[in-house]
Amino acid sequence: MDRVSAHFPEAVVERYVDRAGGAWAVIHADSLPKVATLLKNDPELEFKLFGSMDGVDRLHLAENDPRFEVVYILYSLKRNEHVRLKVRVSEAQPSIPSLTPLYRGANWWERLVWDFYGIRFDGHPDLRRILLYEEFQGHPLRKDYALRDRQPLIPERPIKDIFRGPGTSGHS
Amino acid sequence: MADSHTMPEAKGHNPDTDGSLPPEGELESHLQAKHMVINMGPSHPATHGTVRLKVELDGETIVKIDPEIGFLHRGFQKSCENVTWTQCLPYTDRLNYLSAMMNNFGFLNAVEKLIGLEIPERAQYIRVIGSELHRLTDHLTCVGATGLEMGGFAPFLYGMEARELIQDRVTELTGARLTTSFGRVGGINRDLPDGWADKVRKTLTRTEELLVEMDGLLTRNRIFVDRTKGTGIISADDAIDYGWTGPALRACGVAHDLRKAHPYWVYERFDFDVPVGEHGDNYDRYLVRMEEMRQSIRIIRQALDTIPTGPIIVDDWRIALPPKPEVYGTIEGVMAHFKLVMEGIQVPPGEVYDATEASNGELGWYLVSDGRGRPYKVHVRAPGFPVLAAVPHIIEGKMLADLIPTFDTINMIGGEVEQ
Repeated sequence: MDRVSAHFPEAVVERYVDRAGGAWAVIHADSLPKVATLLKNDPELEFKLFGSMDGVDRLHLAENDPRFEVVYILYSLKRNEHVRLKVRVSEAQPSIPSLTPLYRGANWWERLVWDFYGIRFDGHPDLRRILLYEEFQGHPLRKDYALRDRQPLIPERPIKDIFRGPGTSGHS
Repeated sequence: MADSHTMPEAKGHNPDTDGSLPPEGELESHLQAKHMVINMGPSHPATHGTVRLKVELDGETIVKIDPEIGFLHRGFQKSCENVTWTQCLPYTDRLNYLSAMMNNFGFLNAVEKLIGLEIPERAQYIRVIGSELHRLTDHLTCVGATGLEMGGFAPFLYGMEARELIQDRVTELTGARLTTSFGRVGGINRDLPDGWADKVRKTLTRTEELLVEMDGLLTRNRIFVDRTKGTGIISADDAIDYGWTGPALRACGVAHDLRKAHPYWVYERFDFDVPVGEHGDNYDRYLVRMEEMRQSIRIIRQALDTIPTGPIIVDDWRIALPPKPEVYGTIEGVMAHFKLVMEGIQVPPGEVYDATEASNGELGWYLVSDGRGRPYKVHVRAPGFPVLAAVPHIIEGKMLADLIPTFDTINMIGGEVEQ
């Protein structure tokens, strides 16, 4: 990460260490592709293994502006370490440059984040929903999506809410 | 009269067929231009769960394949966000239902990292033993099913016999065959039963015998080798680019194992090898899994021989339930028990990414806590997800018959991929 800071001082918003000792870096959305390119192709770094990525809706957290965070976990087989990146995006303009041209592994993960959080990835070749069906309305992992809001494609048998576990259906 | 029986010339004038059949070349070209789209799944016996593959075929060659997943989607993350940390545990069972304990322990390990907790040594040993037992069952199922779908029923039965023996031991330890919900934050909820270690040793001996049988039936079997060798090839660079981990990546020749790279629990105390393949094809993936099972047996034997005595869970009533005499006998015990059950463990605010080596690769957890006793975010990096994502890359341009062994040896588990 020091190398990234040295190369692109303007790209890194913030760096910190979490409770378990993992180092994080918050990156500007615009400079994500060039940071990732450096991480992947620099012979000293070689973070070539795309670990995973996911979104976080910070709606109920103390610090929630901008609302969404997208987390990237990359791994370097050469250095045997993970690098943890974060990009923050606002609710008004939820879009980030896609990493799919760089890492083919990012393809499905970006579809997953789009599916569950509604964050767009510019330059993604095939941004469809992945786990949910195309007719689904909304993005269920956003914190303002009710836990038991149901959108069945075929009508369901009426079942009392009490048999469906905790949470509210959102319709009352 | 002999002349009247000679056949008319092939290219000659024939009033019966003229005008009704196009010339042969045209007929052929018509057939070849037409691609057939077929559906495999969502409930195809070879898809191991429910995944729908839209396969576009040109003859028997796959032109395009589009895996459609999500039929087993249960809202894992959303469910976890609305229950206490301990209550997430049963949901983690159902991620990889063939090796539930590894999911349990991986999740607990991440939560413990987030709290900053060191668990007792005996608990770490039990976690290693449990994980390796379930690695065995997972690989046995995968290898057995591969044999089954290549047309050999016997290896599957041998695999199932070994698997059921191990499941019996798992049942004695945890109380359940598949959905174990074993372990608690801070350690283990139940100690090893009396005489269990000897039973496990016997089971391992029998498993080894069965592995020899399976090895004999499959490894040099002409049909099996023909269908798996040189099919489903992926290069190491491509595999890394797609984010592969675990046995599938090791079959490409990359010796990456989190148990060696970042030893967690007590893995660094055991002597075991990381098997590595060479070609990245189905056959190598099969061989790597076979060898990993032998290494798992080695690890379990060492762990059973060296397991220390001592507590199995931390003595901290904010994290672990107090012992029952305290709950029934003292007011502090009742209060601690009540608060823990009703409010859950108060994990301090923060975030963590932690990974363990599950049977199919890196099982990563990204957890966010807001300090209110419930997870704010539970992200699981299911090892099968990137592996399945690479299937179109592997199989496009290959034969339809190669799809089945490829799908077998990557061992995609619907529960974890579709969360």
